[in-house]
Amino acid sequence: MTTTTRTMDRLLFGDNQFFGVNHMSEEKARAQQMRFQDTDAIMSVLDAAYDEGVHTFMCTTHDRIAEVTDHVRAHPDRYSDMTFFPCMPYAHKYANAVTEDGFLGAIRKFLPEEGLLDSIARGTSSLARKDIEGVTTLLIDAEMKMFEGLDTPVIWLQNVVVDLLSGLGFTDAFRIFADHVRKRYNAEPGFITMNLPRLLDDLDKAGVENPIVCSNINKLGFRMSGGVDAYREAMDKRPFRAVAMSVYASGAIPPREAIEWVTSLPNLESIVFGASSRANIASTVSLVDEYWPQR
Amino acid sequence: MIDVAVVGLGKMGLSHLSMIKAHPDVNLVGVCDATGYLLDILAKYTGVTTYKDLDKMLDEARPQAIIIATPTHLHAGMIRRALERGIHVFCEKPLVIDPADSIELTALAEQKGLVTQVGYHNRFVGAFREVKRLLDLDAIGTVNTALAEAYGPVVLKPAGRTWRSERATGGGCLYDYAAHPLNLLTWYLGTPESVSGSQLTSIFSAQIDDAVASTLHYPDGTAQIISNWSDESQRKMTTKITLWGTNGRIYADRQEIHVYLRDTATIPEGYRVGWNVRYTTELTEAPWFYLRGEEYSAQLDSFVQRAQAGASAGTNDFASAAVTDRVISMISEDAVREDSRLTSDAASDLAVNTAPKGRIAAALTALRGGK
Repeated sequence: MTTTTRTMDRLLFGDNQFFGVNHMSEEKARAQQMRFQDTDAIMSVLDAAYDEGVHTFMCTTHDRIAEVTDHVRAHPDRYSDMTFFPCMPYAHKYANAVTEDGFLGAIRKFLPEEGLLDSIARGTSSLARKDIEGVTTLLIDAEMKMFEGLDTPVIWLQNVVVDLLSGLGFTDAFRIFADHVRKRYNAEPGFITMNLPRLLDDLDKAGVENPIVCSNINKLGFRMSGGVDAYREAMDKRPFRAVAMSVYASGAIPPREAIEWVTSLPNLESIVFGASSRANIASTVSLVDEYWPQR
Repeated sequence: MIDVAVVGLGKMGLSHLSMIKAHPDVNLVGVCDATGYLLDILAKYTGVTTYKDLDKMLDEARPQAIIIATPTHLHAGMIRRALERGIHVFCEKPLVIDPADSIELTALAEQKGLVTQVGYHNRFVGAFREVKRLLDLDAIGTVNTALAEAYGPVVLKPAGRTWRSERATGGGCLYDYAAHPLNLLTWYLGTPESVSGSQLTSIFSAQIDDAVASTLHYPDGTAQIISNWSDESQRKMTTKITLWGTNGRIYADRQEIHVYLRDTATIPEGYRVGWNVRYTTELTEAPWFYLRGEEYSAQLDSFVQRAQAGASAGTNDFASAAVTDRVISMISEDAVREDSRLTSDAASDLAVNTAPKGRIAAALTALRGGK
């Protein structure tokens, strides 16, 4: 299969701050939820990032992102260079549905209710044959709906799902995801994980070559299962495209120290970061300019 | 290496299965669930050996340890069958519905020298462990007042019927949610002498409680428990503990711990008089495998290590979970007790008729400058 491989931007803008995800403090998380309850507030931070030259938005498939994508579609001139990296699924909505309706009920709930005969056929026969391929591809399509008409060169599978599948040894699912994302969206599959060395083995097994993998990479070793040394070795020796998240370890590492350390690692392609103010975005951009000028 | 089996493939069961299968010391020998569909998919794609019948799995796969993550009302019977065969047991919380069962099963496990553990994962959260460490060091003196809270968005509308929506099968905010902060309270303060003022409130559910309030009485003070799982303002479950002592105050949640120490306190190493803040980033070590929080990995690792070593007493063993079960059952009983409240009608006539007047008069006097 041939896909055009594009290099990712060195800085990707994340969305945790918009939805009350903060690994350090529940209080801070709530303050952020209050601040960003109107999409206008999200857009003004995204605009600031865009104007600082950060054009890639790596976002979950949270319902409210649909309002962001609507806005971007409505203003094509303002956002001509804007790129989305969708991360799916937004796990909470599935987790709640599983508690309420069980696994099959939850899956049925998110499948398109009506639509092309093709989806109905894909869904029903797949459920009956206990073959996850049809259902999986339908769920991906449902999650991708909000990005229709926008540039989505990388599509991510969220870490809760990636790591659940990895632990179970359900590696076929990675190949199914990768194939569908490439075929249907002409996009590169990305995998987010908290267990980088282990996942690289799984992706090897699944036959996903030179995968894009995003994981926590920070000087503290925060949420780097397998340890900092194993991560360094993987980045040094294994063929994959590394994206670092949580480089500040939720604020535990001073920005300069964090960026200096992470940009010194071999074969890092991108850093995903979140910020709520233009000043903080600008500061990350200028640190990256300083320590990573070649990118 | 140890041979482990898993029974029950709900949300908890599936995540336990994923973590335990990834554990370097574990050989997964069987998975059991009542619904064949998920089993067939797992067998097809991951090659695990699956069973629909627990006894068959225990006899054929012969696990040395089992993880039980079925609905609560099924726990007691399954635990008994495993213990009788000499199998170490990790069971999801709450342990059982009838506290008499927890006492019997605790005794059975002790008699057989088996390792037991219950999934009260908060005892493996860095911030909550730090609270325990500080209390053991007597950092804030005698605890006189405590508040334990749990909130989350579980039942937000009248819902369909599952095992979680019926009291008899272990459903309800008390069993499912309040159990967590109660387990922390019993860890920190021990078994209460009594409980009072218990209220189980149904908000959206027809048969079960969606909110819990109660007071636990200790020799030196009281602890309040408040829990509400119909709280849409929470993104996910949040559990908080606040403890007031003679020499300071501690607040903790999953992410951080705030400690205020008076100058009368014995200051632990690394702490100071006044405010101290520690974050999960510094209190947590990366586990061998991360799925949904370090504590979930850490508790399974603790079980595996103890089972391999035959260390029967340890964090969250049945004996400690039995204390939580006992308090849950006390709150349940207290909530339906008759004559346990002072109603406004029954309050002394004198107080009702004269107090408001007296208070207003006193307030006016105060306004006039005490004249």
